[in-house]
Amino acid sequence: MAAFQIKEQPKKYDAVIVGSGAGGGMAAYTLAKSGLKVCLLEAGPMFDPATDSAQLKNPWESPRRGASTKFRPFGDFDGCYWGWEIDGEPYTKAEGTEWDWWRARMLGGRTNHWGRISLRFGPKDFKHKSIDGLGEDWPIGYEDVKPFYDKVDRLIGVFGTNEGLENEPDGIFLPPPLPRLHELKIKKAANGIGIPVIPSRLSILTKKINDERGQCFYCAQCGRSCKVYADFSSSSCLVKPAVATGNVDVIPNAMAREVVTNADGLATGVSYVDKDDMMEYQVDGRVVILAASACESARLLLNSVSRRHQNGLANSSDVVGKYLHDSTGASVSGVLPELMGRKRYNEDGVGGMHVYTPWWLDNKKLDFPRGYHIEYWGGMQQPAYGFGWGIEGLNGKLEMHGKTKEAGGYGKSLKEDYRFMYGAGVGMAGRGEALALESNYCEIDPNVVDIYGIPVLRFNVKYSDYEINQAKHMNQTFKEILHEMGAIITSGGDAGPHNNWGLQVPGKIIHEAGTVRMGNDPKKSALNKWSQAHDCKNLFCVDGGQFVSQGDKNITWTIMALSMRASEYIIDEMKKQNL
Amino acid sequence: MDRRESLKALVLTTVSSTFLLESCDSNTKTEEQTVAEVVKTPDASKAGRMKEEIARLKKIRSEDFFTEHEMATITVLGDIIIPKDEVSGSASDAGVPDFIEFIVKDKPENKTPMRSGLRWLDIQCQNRYDKPFTDCSEKQQLEMVDAIAYPERAKPEMQKGVAFFNLMRNLTATGFFTSEMGVEDIGYMGNRPNQWKGVPEDVLKKHNLAYTDKELRECITFDRQA
Repeated sequence: MAAFQIKEQPKKYDAVIVGSGAGGGMAAYTLAKSGLKVCLLEAGPMFDPATDSAQLKNPWESPRRGASTKFRPFGDFDGCYWGWEIDGEPYTKAEGTEWDWWRARMLGGRTNHWGRISLRFGPKDFKHKSIDGLGEDWPIGYEDVKPFYDKVDRLIGVFGTNEGLENEPDGIFLPPPLPRLHELKIKKAANGIGIPVIPSRLSILTKKINDERGQCFYCAQCGRSCKVYADFSSSSCLVKPAVATGNVDVIPNAMAREVVTNADGLATGVSYVDKDDMMEYQVDGRVVILAASACESARLLLNSVSRRHQNGLANSSDVVGKYLHDSTGASVSGVLPELMGRKRYNEDGVGGMHVYTPWWLDNKKLDFPRGYHIEYWGGMQQPAYGFGWGIEGLNGKLEMHGKTKEAGGYGKSLKEDYRFMYGAGVGMAGRGEALALESNYCEIDPNVVDIYGIPVLRFNVKYSDYEINQAKHMNQTFKEILHEMGAIITSGGDAGPHNNWGLQVPGKIIHEAGTVRMGNDPKKSALNKWSQAHDCKNLFCVDGGQFVSQGDKNITWTIMALSMRASEYIIDEMKKQNL
Repeated sequence: MDRRESLKALVLTTVSSTFLLESCDSNTKTEEQTVAEVVKTPDASKAGRMKEEIARLKKIRSEDFFTEHEMATITVLGDIIIPKDEVSGSASDAGVPDFIEFIVKDKPENKTPMRSGLRWLDIQCQNRYDKPFTDCSEKQQLEMVDAIAYPERAKPEMQKGVAFFNLMRNLTATGFFTSEMGVEDIGYMGNRPNQWKGVPEDVLKKHNLAYTDKELRECITFDRQA
């Protein structure tokens, strides 16, 4: 057996980036476009939607008809490699706590399959402590990020409408698609009880924006990633053009072990395990940029212990790993008798909802401090594994062609029931802001390592009454909307205190954030307002880790805006010889 | 490192992005060509699949779970649940038994409920008619099925059979309506390049709905006639 050896890559880079998702992809793109030499480490294999997406496959082309596996928890055609568990890469949870951790391992990370819901944070989202006294304000405000949101809108493309809402800022929008039938019914019902419904804001190209990317052709399969790059994935929209500059080397299947620092405490590079040959490597750069996901970036920092950084890198404040939070989530769904036996036509539309509800109430009058937005689904979707499942609980409750049948059954009459009910489903889910609490954290489990010998994370997260009260409000609101629509509720109707009103386990909504938060006070934050470590000036974190809080918005658009902002700052500081 | 080299060559070749939409409105042939081009992948079975997934698929395919007799029972039951009618063929016409064989290996939590349910069914038939389910007459088979197909009226001692039949019904329907025949039957018309022009006008009228001027002004409508 060969002696242990770390192979150091001879090439010195301007920047070493860990992770190729929204944050890492944007950093690679911005730096490479300015001429800097970049090494991009990715823990999974290469992936190009043009050749690797399962777009336009029919259900029968999957032997499991699109059912989920541990490799693809969102279904066999989904665009993301791995998810809740990865062979050889465990994580643990403190007793009595919950956190489900989604990890993508592929070029572009989870952006290959995400919902493309591209919401800007509003002015209040950066300053919530000033409003309700809870949590912490960001060291920056909307006005600091707005120019970058504008640039991201133009670079990536997003559809939506300018509504002039205070905390749902206007943007530079492409035209949205018209609502589908069930969405018109939702809108009518919700508006009737004072709940706004507006066009959704998704990063899908309803118009062509450049020659490198195609235009949406309305197959509803953004979750599989788009072969013509008509939606945003970091792989196709950022890493590909970054590589085309000739300034970026991507190293796939590279599992980062730690950030290497020198005697002065500055970062010199990243050591990693090559998953193919299981050998140790090191790659050096003038700056190191972490974008491995909020929890993986925290894990890397906590594992990067040195004489100068004895509590882990960038962790003299002891906040790394803390303030971990996800979006809250709860849903209710049902069937709409009015839609039974409906006329067939192609209503695929774009991948995801054409309308949504931004937060519309004043939390001062409620028993929870932060808001939520509502996402909707339904209609005549492509059949997949699970189609018709549980009909024995439904077909006895409905009038089928004017008469009520017995539940269950078989034969021609049953076959007719499936046809009659197809496309009548409708559902909605809330995505809300959870409070970022110091007591919710991830840390290094002292007893467990992964197959690469890297110590793993142990989670310790619990929801508070704020989140549970919020979920109760969601549940009651959704039931009210569905009731107004005349729907029969089939799921979520029996929520109550026994199941926290349907509140999903933290982590489940896959919006991890807060573990490497920014702030003006080095005692209470890991990064400054430029996403730069207080303790190590040539170290940056540009994923959800840097978030102080995440509003009731999906976080990807803000990750990209902040990553672009940090990258421009790096370019500037390098010009000034400060880095 | 050649990995770096292969990287530069990055499979990131772009599918021609101009072919879309200009043509797919008026010319169906072009639309089909478009589909063909988008679907085309170098090696459809391996492109975009992880090596772990390919290995798992190979393993599942190399195993048999159900016996010949069990498969025969599944076939008869499946066709009782989804028979041929005026619109489409039966469960077995759509290959449902093979799907069920695959999916219980892929989702092994179904193995015991299925095997023990099939066994339960045969024992019931043995007690009632002195032969296993597949050897019973059609009338006897339907009599047996009637006893377990309606959860709300089934006798308490039939509960095991009801649970099994629910699973069998669900697997059969899911397998059927995700087959080519089943998707055509259900009338799903998507999964192809097109332009979303909104809900057809006659459907809007039927539901007493209309798009607002704001929607028609702000949304992409293509050549929709309001």
